[in-house]
Order: sequence, then structure tokens, then C-alpha cells
Amino acid sequence: MIMSLTGIVLGVALFILALSMTTGFEQLFIKTVLGANGAVRVQDKFQENLVSYQISQQETGNQFEFGRAAGRKYRPGVEHADKVIEGIMEFKNVIAASKVLRGGVEVSNNFKEEPGQLYGIEKDTHLLVSDLEEQIVFGSLLEFQRNPTGVMIGSVLADRMLLEPGESIIISEANEPYRFIVEAIYETGYREIDRERIFVDINQARTVFKRPHETSYVQVSLFDPEKADDDRFMMEAVVQHIVAPWQEREKVWLQFFKALRVISSASLLSIIIIAGLGMYSTLAIIVMEKTREISILRSMGYTRKDVTNIFIWQGFIVTLIGIGFGWLTGAFLTYTISRIPIRIRGIFSTDTFVVDWSFSHYLLAAVIAFFIVMTACILPARRASRLEPADVVRGTSG
Amino acid sequence: MHEGDPSKAVLSCRGVHKYLGDETQQVHVLKGVDINLYRGNTYAIVGPSGCGKSTLLYTLGLLDRQDEGHINIDGIDVTKASDEERTQIRNEKIGFVFQFHFLLPEFTATENLIIPMWKRGNRKALTMERRAHMLLQSVGLGDKTHRLANRLSGGEQQRVAIARALANDPPIVLADEPTGNLDVRNSNIVFDLLYQLSKKNNQAVLIVTHNPDIARRCDFILKMRDGVFTTMDS
Repeated sequence: MIMSLTGIVLGVALFILALSMTTGFEQLFIKTVLGANGAVRVQDKFQENLVSYQISQQETGNQFEFGRAAGRKYRPGVEHADKVIEGIMEFKNVIAASKVLRGGVEVSNNFKEEPGQLYGIEKDTHLLVSDLEEQIVFGSLLEFQRNPTGVMIGSVLADRMLLEPGESIIISEANEPYRFIVEAIYETGYREIDRERIFVDINQARTVFKRPHETSYVQVSLFDPEKADDDRFMMEAVVQHIVAPWQEREKVWLQFFKALRVISSASLLSIIIIAGLGMYSTLAIIVMEKTREISILRSMGYTRKDVTNIFIWQGFIVTLIGIGFGWLTGAFLTYTISRIPIRIRGIFSTDTFVVDWSFSHYLLAAVIAFFIVMTACILPARRASRLEPADVVRGTSG
Repeated sequence: MHEGDPSKAVLSCRGVHKYLGDETQQVHVLKGVDINLYRGNTYAIVGPSGCGKSTLLYTLGLLDRQDEGHINIDGIDVTKASDEERTQIRNEKIGFVFQFHFLLPEFTATENLIIPMWKRGNRKALTMERRAHMLLQSVGLGDKTHRLANRLSGGEQQRVAIARALANDPPIVLADEPTGNLDVRNSNIVFDLLYQLSKKNNQAVLIVTHNPDIARRCDFILKMRDGVFTTMDS
């Protein structure tokens, strides 16, 4: 019984730990993505192609026409960005929307030349659709905002080019160089972003790319980012542009986290299953050992159902104790692991294990443990109830 | 056996047949047993091993089901009673004492007595405890009410088993070799208890025994051979 109890405690605790870690890292990834790219991105104008059909009614001779969508035409970039933003801001879930012009450039200084992506942003409103302000690790946001030729570069690019705030860089597009001053270095933790994105004022970017009125996309922040996927179709219908919610943009990584959670949960579930098997064998042995006691209870007037209930209760109490201690152990392990330092950079930035404290993990672990262990109790309990007292008592008579 | 007014018998059976074993090796154990037991009397069933004494006791005690015949307990025809009905009658009408005490070792003497009372559910917790103490007092164990069952001697355990059989004040007590596992002194104590309590509580006590001294001290001796009663002495 102690082994079964230990199995339940360990199974529940590790299950909670696995869920809290995978969910914690997933939440951090989502926060990183939302902080860097916004909840929704409005990009590429589309136009529905309509095909007309003519229908004639034979009886009346009447004819009528109807249109049907027959594909879409796409045009890269956002057309009439101010009107698009106006339309987007009508949605209740939207906090802010900001224009971005993006394009590939070469970045160089005295040491090195690196490829990069120049992101022309509206310096004030972009802070409302991203976590750029929190992501600054060196330099000053204020200087970046004040200086028209100031840039903000990612930490990985800065390391590779040995750049520090206050130094100048040359940004070239079509072999035409432009000098900028590094005013701040940011770190999102998402390596791809930190390696290539260079933020400048959108008007400077338009000058570099010689596209004076262009907007590549509009970055949008939402009060409830979870609803981004639901809002997209309505937004598309209103602004006639492709609307890409973060759930779709990051589908691959989100699927990866989901798979990771399922795999780790499933493997830890095996501990609970083993505990259930342990409980089954323990109760089966108890039934064998207690046949006399079961028989005497039956002779005293206890029904088969009463006997079943005794064993079910025994399993129930052990399961409850196991879940209780499993919760405590799980919480302790989760807290302990969250204090362990670990430096992770790649798709997010963290210096400790990230955990998510959610009661739903505890509830799920309890429900699964309860279901498995109680199912394991049923068979021995039913076997106990089927014992015929006369057979047992007769076997013990002299 | 034991002639009298069958309608006043607390336990009566007519033409009870019982077969044991599977279809290939079936043994006809009880071959048409008739018996009437009346309140306030002690009955001993004696006979050679394998003659069907214990099988009859378990059949009359509704632990086993007869293949043929009628059984009536305290005015209730239990011949075709369901498992649930038979279980309820066992709880209310019958007390068992076996060769082995079959006490639940994890519980105290008092708790062992409360278990059948608790199942019956007609007494409050405090009343059950008081009655358990009273019964333990009556079997001479008033000072060991809170002792665990496995901390009692063999004789004491069997006395607790007798007290437990009387817990729900049943009209019938069935005892299968109740002294079979005890020395002479304890055998006498246990039998005297059964005898005196049956008189005091106006219960019918049926004892299966191999001990001729015990049998002689009962009100009636029922001799059994090959699944039927041969004679009855009083």
C-alpha cells in the first residue's frame, strides 16, 4: 500500500511539475512573440475576384445575375494605412495599431558587415504594440526617440559587430549608405529577431528604401490576445487586408509546445498507471488475505455492495492522501525548480526555469490519478464481494 | 426432529437437501432434513465427520442455499429469499459463532461488537457502545473492552465472538464447533456462557460439536448420519 501511495504521490507531483514547466515556457514564448510582433499583423491588400453567372427561368422567361467569389488577388503591403488603422481601432479588443516598413539591408561598421532587416517604426505608437521599452538592455529609449537618425539594434547583432550605444553604423540599401547612431540595444530573447532587426524611425526607413508612403504591415496589440484568432475574419472583412493572428504566425512553435506537453505528460502518466497497477495488486492481495474477515462480515449481515464499498473506500482514501501529498510535493518541486538558474536564449530569454502556477494543472493531475487508481480498485473490490462466506468458513472448520 | 407446534418454532426446515461439489463429483450431503428449533433451548448436533452437520448449520444460517426444501426463520419463509433478503435476515435474526473466532484484529473488542450493530442501524453510536460494554461484561471481559482483538487470549477471543453473535439480540444463535479450538477450561466457560445467555435472552442455540460432554449438557442432542437425523435425545 505504501508503494502504491508513493507512486500516486510521485506521479501526481511530477505530472504537475511537467505541466507547470511546459506551460511556463510556452507562456513565456507567447509573451515574447506578442512583445516583439504584436497579437495581430495586418498585411497585404487583397481583392476578391467575382464571377457573374446568368440564370434564366424557363417558365417565366426571366433572367437574373449573381456574383460568386472566384479567388483573391494579393498586393504586398498595406494600402491607405491610416484608414486601415482607423478601421482596426474600431474593434473593442484593440489597444493600439502602428505602421511598420520593413526591408533587407546591409549593416556595417569598422569591424564587420552583416545582413539585417531594417524596421521603420512609429517611435511612439510602436511602444503600445510591443514590449520594446522593456526589452532595452543598453542605451536609452529617450535618446532613440529624440534622435531622428538613432537606431535600436538587437543584442546578438550588437555582439557580432561589437557595437555599443553611441557608436555609428552604416546602413546600405542598393549600395547607397546611410549613417545612423546606435542609441539603444534591445534583447527579446528570440535569437532570430535579436540577430537581424534594426529599428529606426519609419520616415528614415522610407528614405532608405525610397518608398516615401509605403507601409509593409500594421502591428496591432489586443486587450485579450487569446481572441486574436476569432477577431481576424471580422478584421479582414472590414479592412480588406490579410490579418495574421499570432496563433497562426507561430503555429509551428505552438504545436511543438503542445507536443512537448503531451509527450511529457504521457510519460509521467505511466507513473500514475504503475501506481494504479500497484493499487490493484495490493488490494487483490488484501482480498486474498482477508477472505475470513470478508466472510464474517457477510455472515453478520454485510451485503456484497458493503464489501465492495469497503475496498473502494480503502482505495479512495489512499488516492485522496496520494493526491494531497502529490499536490504538496508538486508545488514544492515547482517552486524549487523555478529557483534554479539556467540561461536560455533562442526563442525566449530567461535566466531561471520558467513555471506556470495554475490550479488547472493540479486539478487535471488529481482527476487523472483518481480515475486510474479508482478503476484499479474496482476489480479486487468486486472479487471480494463475490466471495461466498460458506465456502470460506467451511474451509476453515476442523 | 424436536416435535412441537411448528408455528411456534423460531427456525424450522422441511425436506432440506443439499449437494456439494461440481456436476462431475457431486455429493448428496443433506438428504431431506427436518428440524424445529424453539426459543430458550440449546441443541447439539453430533455425528461423524462429513455427515453434513456444518453444511446444515450454514444452510440454516443462510450462508449457503439449499437445493431443495423449505426454511422458515422467525415466521419468515426464506426458501426463495434473494441474496439481499437473506443478508438482512442474517443481520437481524441470526448470530454466528465459529470454531475460529474470526474477530477483526485491527479493531478493539468493543468495535468488533459494534460492527454488526452498526450494519443494523437501529441504535445510536452511544447506545451501541454501551450495549457492547454490557455484552462484554456478561462474558466476563468488562475490563478488556478497549483491547485490540489480537491482544486477547484464545478463550477471550471466543468469548468476544459469542458476545458479537448476541450483538443484535438475534432469536437464533448458530455455533459451529465453538469450543473446538479451546482447552477444557475455556471450553466449559464458552459453553456455559452460550447456555446461560440463551436461557436469559430466550434464544434458540444450535451447536455443532464433536465434544460429547458439551453435547450432553445441551437440552437436546440431535444425532446425524449420512445427511439425515437419526435420533434426538433430551
